[in-house]
Amino acid sequence: MTGDDEALLAALLDGDHRALARVISRIEDRAPGHRELVSALYEHTGDAEVIGITGSPGAGKSTLVDKLAERYRERGETVGVIAIDPSSPYTGGAVLGDRIRMASTVGDMDVFVRSMSARGSLGGLSTATADAVKAMDAFGKDRIVVETVGAGQNEIDVVRAADTVAVLVPPGSGDTVQTLKAGILEIADVFVVNKADRPGADRTVQELSEMIELGHGSAAGSTGHHGPGSAGHHGVGDGGDSHGSATGSTGHYVEDEGHHGPESAGHDDTDGPWLPPIVETVATDGEGVDELIDAFGIHRAHLERSGALAERRRRRYVEEITTLLREDVHGLLEAELDRAGGLEALAEAVRLGETDPYTVADDALAPVEECLADLETGSQ
Amino acid sequence: MSTEGRQRSIRCLVAKVGLDGHDRGAHVIARAFRDAGFEVIYSGLHKAPEDIVQATVQEDVDVLGISILSGAHNTLIPKVMAGLEEYGAAEDTLVLVGGVIPEEDRDELMEAGVAAVFGPGTPLEETIEFVRENAPER
Repeated sequence: MTGDDEALLAALLDGDHRALARVISRIEDRAPGHRELVSALYEHTGDAEVIGITGSPGAGKSTLVDKLAERYRERGETVGVIAIDPSSPYTGGAVLGDRIRMASTVGDMDVFVRSMSARGSLGGLSTATADAVKAMDAFGKDRIVVETVGAGQNEIDVVRAADTVAVLVPPGSGDTVQTLKAGILEIADVFVVNKADRPGADRTVQELSEMIELGHGSAAGSTGHHGPGSAGHHGVGDGGDSHGSATGSTGHYVEDEGHHGPESAGHDDTDGPWLPPIVETVATDGEGVDELIDAFGIHRAHLERSGALAERRRRRYVEEITTLLREDVHGLLEAELDRAGGLEALAEAVRLGETDPYTVADDALAPVEECLADLETGSQ
Repeated sequence: MSTEGRQRSIRCLVAKVGLDGHDRGAHVIARAFRDAGFEVIYSGLHKAPEDIVQATVQEDVDVLGISILSGAHNTLIPKVMAGLEEYGAAEDTLVLVGGVIPEEDRDELMEAGVAAVFGPGTPLEETIEFVRENAPER
């Protein structure tokens, strides 16, 4: 590490906001030396609880994050927020608008909000996000929230940087087939039906709980521990009922287990598979936010007790290492491709029928394979 | 700065400060910046100077563009500049002011650390070009 970077790292660990901002910029820019910087961050991390929030555009993610941050601050915890918005695939430009919604905590420097856009490719965003989380963790943030539009694989990879992932489903968001798409269902540790005061919220809750049952039905049947009814469901009330009282609006939960307080979210008294609870919120006035925080806590406890936290983190590091290696190899190959006349020229050759993508790839890789083979024989 | 693998993008904060509800200009500039390939963070309306400072520091933007049409620039802009100074961000943030700024007030703003003032009718290309040429090297 250069002297500048060492000073930057020291300032970050010392709680200098600008240093944290600058380190995240270095990470985003993939600036020279950022790798050493991130490596050095690792030993200072591990204390933050990381929450991922995803959902369709307009689901109320930013507003909910704002309320979460406000509540965490009331409890005396410091908060980091990473808000990711799409960038234009044509110009690379982006308008990052999530900050506008962060009104409750504006002016409070202990809520550090950072907007990021999807630059580059090849999993670059998920790497940059994971690294930015590390920076905030090392800085000493107690809670880190990563917020992104759940549109595609890239975005879903991003929230994997979190230990607990909440998926927001607005009422009336199409039939449940939509929910099955793009792995949204599998990635959720907690479902949030936001705008729960809107018509159709009950139906959305019901459809979701049916999906959850379907997804986990076989496991539940075989262990006998988890009836479908054990999925917690916190209503915010159908008729202005104060939050915290489960309404059991889908009916069959009530028959099964009676009312669910926050304790019963996700049935964590056994080591069985996690059944995502459904929490109803009205983010604009903060209703249901306490229940959501409780649900996060219960999920966290479940992860720790069942050993799933370690497994989850291991899996994440496997992905990070793979992505880094892929980037590196890609960098090596780019030079090779340039020697072969550049990607554009090769693409044109494919278009003209002179060659095909597989041959091009094989040819580009050949010298690398040769080098590796040489290394192997050389070491014998 | 074309270091290999580097993915640099000019980051801008487009900010509205004070009791000024006219955000059409800010929207137009935000959109033009986006189309120019910049990353634009929009502050929303009615922000206090300290809110703008917070966003500028946390987002580590290269460019802070403040849109102001209320006539309160002589009060608000120096507050923003002082806040940036406090966090050590004044030096390498390019601060631009857009909106209705009387000719005789410009010098004072420039002295406070504003890099340029763009009045009504400034072509978008001119502003974008200015940002491209003057965004701080980091």
